[in-house]
Amino acid sequence: MQWEVVIGLEIHTQLSTQSKIFSASSTTFGNEPNTQASAVDIALPGVLPVMNRAAVEKAIQFGLAIGAKINRKSIFARKNYFYPDLPKGYQISQFEVPVVEGGQVTIRVGDQDKVINLTRAHLEEDAGKSVHAVHGMSGIDLNRAGTPLLEIVSEPEMRSAAEAIAYAKAMHSLVTWIGICDGNMQEGSFRCDVNVSVRPLGQKEFGTRREIKNLNSFKFMEQAIKYEVQWQIEQIEDGHKIQQATVLFDTESGQTRMMRSKEDAHDYRYFPDPDLPPLVIDEAWIERVRSELPELPEAMQARFQSQYGIPAYDAATLTSSKAMASYYEATVAAGADAKLASNWIMGEISATLNREERDIADSPVAADALALLIRRVMDGTINNKTAKDVLKKMWEAGDSADAIIERDGLKQESDTGAIEAIIDEVLAANAAMVEEYKSGKEKAFNALVGQCMKASKGKANPAQVNEVLKRKLD
Amino acid sequence: MSLTQADVRRIARLARLQVNDTEVAEVEQKLNGILGLIEQLQAIDTEGVEPMSHARDVALRLREDVATETNRRAAFQAVAPAVEDGLYLVPKVIE
Repeated sequence: MQWEVVIGLEIHTQLSTQSKIFSASSTTFGNEPNTQASAVDIALPGVLPVMNRAAVEKAIQFGLAIGAKINRKSIFARKNYFYPDLPKGYQISQFEVPVVEGGQVTIRVGDQDKVINLTRAHLEEDAGKSVHAVHGMSGIDLNRAGTPLLEIVSEPEMRSAAEAIAYAKAMHSLVTWIGICDGNMQEGSFRCDVNVSVRPLGQKEFGTRREIKNLNSFKFMEQAIKYEVQWQIEQIEDGHKIQQATVLFDTESGQTRMMRSKEDAHDYRYFPDPDLPPLVIDEAWIERVRSELPELPEAMQARFQSQYGIPAYDAATLTSSKAMASYYEATVAAGADAKLASNWIMGEISATLNREERDIADSPVAADALALLIRRVMDGTINNKTAKDVLKKMWEAGDSADAIIERDGLKQESDTGAIEAIIDEVLAANAAMVEEYKSGKEKAFNALVGQCMKASKGKANPAQVNEVLKRKLD
Repeated sequence: MSLTQADVRRIARLARLQVNDTEVAEVEQKLNGILGLIEQLQAIDTEGVEPMSHARDVALRLREDVATETNRRAAFQAVAPAVEDGLYLVPKVIE
């Protein structure tokens, strides 16, 4: 039987504010336990929450960036459950009326574009952390309690692990692009819950879903979805029914395992929080945020194609992060050819950054330095192959392309007389290859070009070598 | 709508309230009395009336995003039953 996979995501993004959503505690990550947990965060009796304006503003930014409806009035609700990292016994969240409703984002898998619709995004507070066991007890750190979260909920519109990853990456790129979240997945700033079900291809009704909780890397997300899909299909084919459940992904075994089943699933008994009147957002606020939004990735991608005349693939890659996009624009602005700049950034620069696990913002070769190197290829001073060696030296030593070319004598040989002399020597020394070429073996020509380049120590202008060699042989 | 004794036990468990067997019948009766009042309210025609989420007709007050709280861990933990290395200790949580 052919199976269809159905996936929806809930993404918890920590909003990058200075203070918590309902208290004036700092949100800095990684400090000594419980040193950033105020009376409000630890829920001492009699305390009251006071909403952080910046958290609301970031929710508005997000809503506008995905073309969603910003509710002029939204409601905070109490989500009731008991867990030691939640001292109040309830989480303040939004239930019936969230701040953001609807919206969409375009993802790309292979060369296919697909629009994914969003259900909603709501503001809520993060819980604390159960740290580790001490003398058979659990340790609780409430530094994270009250950190503002925007929970982004998608429609169940993804049909493969690849689409789910593409969606999660698009969201990650968007929230970091507009600057509402630092995107640090190791520190838990961007956490995904993935709802997965399968159904026979062509069936209208959804299958029963299981929710994989708290995935904090794209790699694990992909492994977890693939494992879960296979597991569900095997269960059904073996005649079992899927039970609704919450599962965790065990990164060691690569398997998902059940956390709780539907029978003891939480019944959260939501109700409007009497401590918080409705959140009212007026037109002027929305318009101000709209006017301050940066150019968004999709719009920038379209502009790169028309303004710089580069292919869609290049434009998409170069706009995958704001840092990369501005590096590209700075390179072109400093005089590099638009397509050459794209090739170098997507090729050598990205490869070296990946190898060294560095971000483009910390590239040892700045955009204007790269532009100078590319200009030296454009004006024929060095050839492409030499340029790659020069880039390596620029990377290591921080010298300019011109300084390295000068110091190492790498200037391309474009003097026809000198090139002819080299070619004559090569032809004399490789009579057998010349014979092969003359008897019709085209490959021998390339071998001769290679010999000439070698004899010139890579400095000869390859186009000129080709031309002169052809003239001498034919 | 009325609740059964099983509902009462379930709600009590979710709210971590201890309601023993002798109390269940009494709680059931009281809760159903409240639900009866709510049923009367629901009979009122509220067509065109915006649902109310808060008793007072005010908007949420917003504060500026500034971290002003200082570290008061020592004072808070002085009254905690068990702490170690700055952590609050609780019965082991299994997940």
